[in-house]
Amino acid sequence: MDTVEKIVEDFASDIALSPFSSGTSLREMIRAIRACKTAAEERAVVRRECAAIRTAISENEPELRHRNMAKLMFIHMLGYPTHFAQMECLKLIAAAGYPEKRVGYLGLMLLLDERQEVLMLVTNSLKQDLNHTNQFIVGLALCALGNICSAEMARDLSPEVERLVRSREVNTKKKAALCSIRIVRKVPDLAENFMGLAASLLKEKHHGVLISAIQLCTELCKASRDALEYLRKNCIEGLVRILRDVSNSSYAPEYDVSGIVDPFLHIRVLKLLRILGQGDADCSEYMNDILAQVATKTESNKNAGNAILYECVQAIMGIEATSGLRVLAINILGRFLSNRDNNIRYVALNMLMRAIAVDALAVQRHRTTILECVKDADASIRKRALELVYLLVNDTNVKPLTKELIDYLNIADPDFIGDLTVMICSIVEKFSQEKLWYLDQMFKVLSLAGNHVKDDICHALIVVLSNTAEFQGYSVRSLYKALQSYVRVAVWCIGEYGEMLVNNVGMLDREEPIKVTESDAVGAVEFALSRYSADVTTGAMCLVALLKLSSRFPSTSERVKQIVAQNKENVVLELQQRSIEFTSIIQRHQSIRSSLLERMPVLDEASYLVKRATATQTTISADKLAPTVTPGSLKLPNGVAKPTSAPLADLLDLSSDGAPASTVASTTTPNDFLQDLLGIGGVSSSTTGVTSTASTDILMDLLSIGSSPSQNGTPVTDFRHPGQAESKPVPAVPEAIDLFGSLSPAETKPTPVVPQDMDLLDGLSSNTSVSGLENTTHPSITAFQSATLKITFDFKRKPGNPRVTTIHATFTNLTSSTFTDFIFQAAVPKFIQLRLDPASGNTVPANGNGSVTQGLNVTNNQQGQKPLAMRIRMSYKVNGEDRLEQGQVSNFPSGL
Amino acid sequence: MAKERRSVESLSDLWRAGAEQAHREVEDDGVEQQRSKQAGRDDEMTIRFVLFVNKQGQTRLAQYYEHLSLDERRALEGEIVRKCLARTDQQCSFVEHRNYKVVYRRYASLFFLVGVDNDENELAILEFIHLFVETMDRHFGNVCELDIMFHLEKVHFMLEEMVMNGCIVETSKQNILAPIQLMEKTS
Repeated sequence: MDTVEKIVEDFASDIALSPFSSGTSLREMIRAIRACKTAAEERAVVRRECAAIRTAISENEPELRHRNMAKLMFIHMLGYPTHFAQMECLKLIAAAGYPEKRVGYLGLMLLLDERQEVLMLVTNSLKQDLNHTNQFIVGLALCALGNICSAEMARDLSPEVERLVRSREVNTKKKAALCSIRIVRKVPDLAENFMGLAASLLKEKHHGVLISAIQLCTELCKASRDALEYLRKNCIEGLVRILRDVSNSSYAPEYDVSGIVDPFLHIRVLKLLRILGQGDADCSEYMNDILAQVATKTESNKNAGNAILYECVQAIMGIEATSGLRVLAINILGRFLSNRDNNIRYVALNMLMRAIAVDALAVQRHRTTILECVKDADASIRKRALELVYLLVNDTNVKPLTKELIDYLNIADPDFIGDLTVMICSIVEKFSQEKLWYLDQMFKVLSLAGNHVKDDICHALIVVLSNTAEFQGYSVRSLYKALQSYVRVAVWCIGEYGEMLVNNVGMLDREEPIKVTESDAVGAVEFALSRYSADVTTGAMCLVALLKLSSRFPSTSERVKQIVAQNKENVVLELQQRSIEFTSIIQRHQSIRSSLLERMPVLDEASYLVKRATATQTTISADKLAPTVTPGSLKLPNGVAKPTSAPLADLLDLSSDGAPASTVASTTTPNDFLQDLLGIGGVSSSTTGVTSTASTDILMDLLSIGSSPSQNGTPVTDFRHPGQAESKPVPAVPEAIDLFGSLSPAETKPTPVVPQDMDLLDGLSSNTSVSGLENTTHPSITAFQSATLKITFDFKRKPGNPRVTTIHATFTNLTSSTFTDFIFQAAVPKFIQLRLDPASGNTVPANGNGSVTQGLNVTNNQQGQKPLAMRIRMSYKVNGEDRLEQGQVSNFPSGL
Repeated sequence: MAKERRSVESLSDLWRAGAEQAHREVEDDGVEQQRSKQAGRDDEMTIRFVLFVNKQGQTRLAQYYEHLSLDERRALEGEIVRKCLARTDQQCSFVEHRNYKVVYRRYASLFFLVGVDNDENELAILEFIHLFVETMDRHFGNVCELDIMFHLEKVHFMLEEMVMNGCIVETSKQNILAPIQLMEKTS
């Protein structure tokens, strides 16, 4: 048998090769494709077939059209392009016979879509067929229209469809009703034309017509408020009657599904009732009885029955139901939850998530069962359960719940640990009442699943650590023990609080004293460095920690120097550079080292939280799940999405104030991260020159650069130059090097100080500081201001070339909603050249809480003769809606 | 960055052509916006796709009720099939993937997958799959993978009678099969 088939196939592929043959039959083609052993063979066969079909098309052989269409459908299903056959579909549709039309329409629906122009051509054929006397042909046209019609077609053909809804043929009627759904969806204005028709269809007996009509009603409710009111007034009785009839009717063989008459109709009616009853007490009251009847009488031992019960519970939860009815619904869910069938448990969890908004207490009663579901073997159930648990957590049950979850972390499925960790972290963060508990839980999570802890969580932990002096000792010891598990936080802590580790400072009662020598601490970081050097960030943090330790424990200095020096030839520039710089600090600058390596100033928790909140807000708006979740829980995106900007970027960011500063710092380039790592005083809008990636700048940043005049952070007295602290800041000097004060915001050092510091920098930074002085500045302008958006430009001129101006644009959102997908575009006249740098972000936080910045490089080829001019356009989204603003900037300072 | 530069070029045209052009562009954007809004509304349909896949992961039938490009479809099918085929019989029949919920059911060597909205009644979709299989069974008599392959058209016709634009039209096997049987009688 096999051989016979083989011969036939060989023969088939042979004739397919010949360009003059009319090709193979559908059956032969499928056999040939199935016989292919590899994907390449399959492609070859498909290519041959497609070539044959193309020839057939170009030679215009009508008798082969039908067969070729069938082949193309198969080829399309396999995922090969079939666009060349689109016109063939139209020819088949235009043919007179039913079989041709049928294949033509099917091809049209499969191979085309509304985005293609061919669709325009089909409108006429559709119109003819909708007016055909043969009901089957009308059915085909309706079906095609219902599946693919575009807004234009909907407008053109709507009258025909309306007429067909009134047809006497049930088949035509039901298809026309469903086709109307598509029309209403495409052109919501047409909804009112169909309101009366839909209501009248509900009086029919035929189930197909009823189910179509009910779905049409549902669509109308969504499309128009008027339709909703109309249907509430006119259809509620009819719907309740349909539901009563179908649930009371005895055996109906054609619609029977395991003893229940037409569960599909049940479900559609219930769904529509839910929509009608939502927020309408009268409607809800009217349907109370029938819902109670369905909820109590439906058999729950078969899937069909459960599907109805499930929909019924949804309806009860959705409408303004009586409390008795709600109890009934919650009880059904309880039964579902304890069911052995996983499908039923899944829908129960799904439903409980919605029920929690209605009756949180009743859901709490099932807490233990839900917690069990988190540990289920089935990933879908676990995911649902975990989301539900998050909603269940409150101040009273947070401790036992967290304990359960963390215990489970020990044995959880590797794929699941990520989600679980995220969830635990957010629960712990959101509900922690005491810091020690929070720290303990975080350490546990870090040690169990450190690799899954997201950077922002880590950042939050560091902020807390830095702010709780009483637990720093405890933390560093706990983390030392867990070093292998979570490197970054631990390394940071050991670097910062190393002496607390060795001297057991701030010992808590419950701790076992541990004995760590100075060289143990260094050894631990060294170990981390060697083991995790593949990760640049960890490596860099290790180096900093080592440097800090060398100052904390002078005896280890020599050893640290050696370790650091090992990285002098590291291929990663970042590590190499650090290594070289740090070596020079250890070797040559003993005198200033200890002050240079002071403990970091306390991180500003408040501004961190604000920043983070805005980041989360944007995440939430992107999160599709959010609407199903109660408002209180919106803080968490259910582990679906995470802020896209790497929060690590400002891990140790000290720029605690000044909106522009924080946005500059949060760009995700590694350099920014490193700048932040050692704490830059904050880069305000006028100092962006510093953040350019020139290596000198980095070095300056590494050693903590003071901030610009516009910065107004907490003044830290500059102990090195107290006399100069009062000196008037010169507005023209955007950056000043302040090596010794790790954070000196308000004051700027005048130039005389710079050379003195510069030998420390091994002369590397001289050009930067000098060029900073030479910059001619122009006053900032407000380039654009509307009710929603404000744009300011700051200017900087390249000293050598007066034609080139660097504009620093700052975008501030004046509304109370966040702008996302923000794009700034600019156009200039011909004599000007413009280059845009990437923006610092594409999200502009609301209420001017921070802003987006972008650099523009403008070269005015007729500088001095013609002023700068610019036309700008800003596009962004507010709550997912596109907005566009444009304007012209002509108030540039003269001389640019 | 490249994208930005491109739009800058088009904007410098805008500069030359003046305000009238700009006005038209804004109008175009309006149309675009409207269109994307409509695309958003399409998301509300119930059934988004129906897929038959055999144990080897080969597609045996694919019907989409929303537009996806060929590449998107291939990627989607690959991902979903990998996810579903890896699951055991004891696990539930629902898999969440991207913004779909996939309800699947296995009959012998064939997997029947239906992608639905998050709001859809999953149990009802299971029932729908079963109805579809029973309908094919009634027509082909003990339907198997080969029947579906060689009569892809007919299976599509059946599906067309049952589902339109993602909504269920007909649930009676007799009514579903009537036009197909009529067709066979005449030819």
